[in-house]
Amino acid sequence: MAGLELLSDQGYRVDGRRAAELRKIQARMGVFAQADGSAYIEQGNTKALAVVYGPHEIRGSRARALPDRALVNCQYSSATFSTGERKRRPHGDRKSCEMGLQLRQTFEAAILTQLHPRSQIDIYVQVLQADGGTYAACVNAATLAVLDAGIPMKDFVCACSAGFVDGTALADLSHVEEAAGGPQLALALLPAAGQIALLEMDARLHEDHLERVLEAAAQAARDVHTLLDHVVRQHVREASILLGD
Amino acid sequence: MAMEMRLPVARKRLSESLGRESKKHLVVPGDTITTDTGFMRGHGTYMGEEKLIASVAGSVERVNKLICVKALKTRYNGEVGDIVVGRITERRRSAEDELAMRGFLQEGDLISAEVQAVFSDGAVSLHTRSLKYGKLGQGVLVQVSPSLVKRQKTHFHDLPCGASVILGNNGFIWIYPTPEHKEEDAGGFIANLEPVSLADREVISRLRNCIISLVTQRMMLYDTSILYCYEASLPHQIKDILKPEIMEEIVMETRQRLLEQEG
Repeated sequence: MAGLELLSDQGYRVDGRRAAELRKIQARMGVFAQADGSAYIEQGNTKALAVVYGPHEIRGSRARALPDRALVNCQYSSATFSTGERKRRPHGDRKSCEMGLQLRQTFEAAILTQLHPRSQIDIYVQVLQADGGTYAACVNAATLAVLDAGIPMKDFVCACSAGFVDGTALADLSHVEEAAGGPQLALALLPAAGQIALLEMDARLHEDHLERVLEAAAQAARDVHTLLDHVVRQHVREASILLGD
Repeated sequence: MAMEMRLPVARKRLSESLGRESKKHLVVPGDTITTDTGFMRGHGTYMGEEKLIASVAGSVERVNKLICVKALKTRYNGEVGDIVVGRITERRRSAEDELAMRGFLQEGDLISAEVQAVFSDGAVSLHTRSLKYGKLGQGVLVQVSPSLVKRQKTHFHDLPCGASVILGNNGFIWIYPTPEHKEEDAGGFIANLEPVSLADREVISRLRNCIISLVTQRMMLYDTSILYCYEASLPHQIKDILKPEIMEEIVMETRQRLLEQEG
């Protein structure tokens, strides 16, 4: 069979990584002064920007206000230049709506919405370059942005994707690996408690393999948490030093 | 016409130039603050499985038995007695309203007020019952993060440099020319529309730029810090204050003066 070999005999993937290795992650918080919270993350070549506004009064119809908690509103948009071929519709298409809903589910599980009744929290995520793992990058960027805005959360939400090739579970898939068509799973985790915020897979995978793939994704998410934790602590330390006592 | 252009440079950590370490206990969400159940939990924490866990990223503050985590940046949360500055966007329509208030305060007016009560869902009720509150006339509004406004006994300051400032707890700061005489009878409902002199306008612009530089370098805002920053900026032209290197220099000088004053 011609084509790319996703996992070589020595155990190397297309970009030279090992099966359980993550791509390089770089993140920054507080990139937009005008938003309440913002963050930018790069996972390998996937780049995502998240912006958070809130909690504020419900915009539009007051009837949508929930009496005991806050409404979380997520919007996903991918730039027209983010994929190999120029995209026609940056937002409003089915995939963007679905991603928006998934992000909303994820963050409703993590944000302590009971502390802000009758209000709304807006999370806008934009993918600037998509090289696989876009859901994960969006969740990670949005977590940092929500933290930057000072909105109380139970814990970080760390996400990673995983796939299954030749009997081995691969963590953090790139676009080439996703396009190959094998089973792929996206997992969003609350690391401290080990709780799953969202698990998504729409491919066929034998149930015997599910546990291994899930564990690979969970371990990768925990690794992402270590990195994000470091970024946030550094940011907090710097701000604390500047503020003085 | 002369133009100034700048090229991008790698940003450096501001804290390194200060050479200090933070002495506070810094936490991120998910961190266990303590397993001692004797403490009361305040803002920024929640109880999970016999432990007190942080829910925001910030520094832990302990007052006797109360533990709370102060986040770096928060939306304004009203407390009774706070001074706020804001613009009227919508009015509640009721009978007494129509008769009395509409003549004084219209939609779109900028006002200063005091927080009277806080509702359970976070909404605040404001009143302008004292003569020092009310409609704001001519001046400059600066919007900053509420966490940078220091809590003090009074938020209305008449600075010796020739302007007055209202430091709203909600992060809205109003700079205006010091009125020559206090109008006792009119209170805050008649706007003063006399033209402001050039000297006063320069003082106000300089103050506004100084406040912006303090905020960019994340310094707490209160009357002394604003005044010291104003004095440190006098050798520079007003428009130069916003340049990054001059901003750093001025704020560094302000920091030093404040440290000398304390110690």
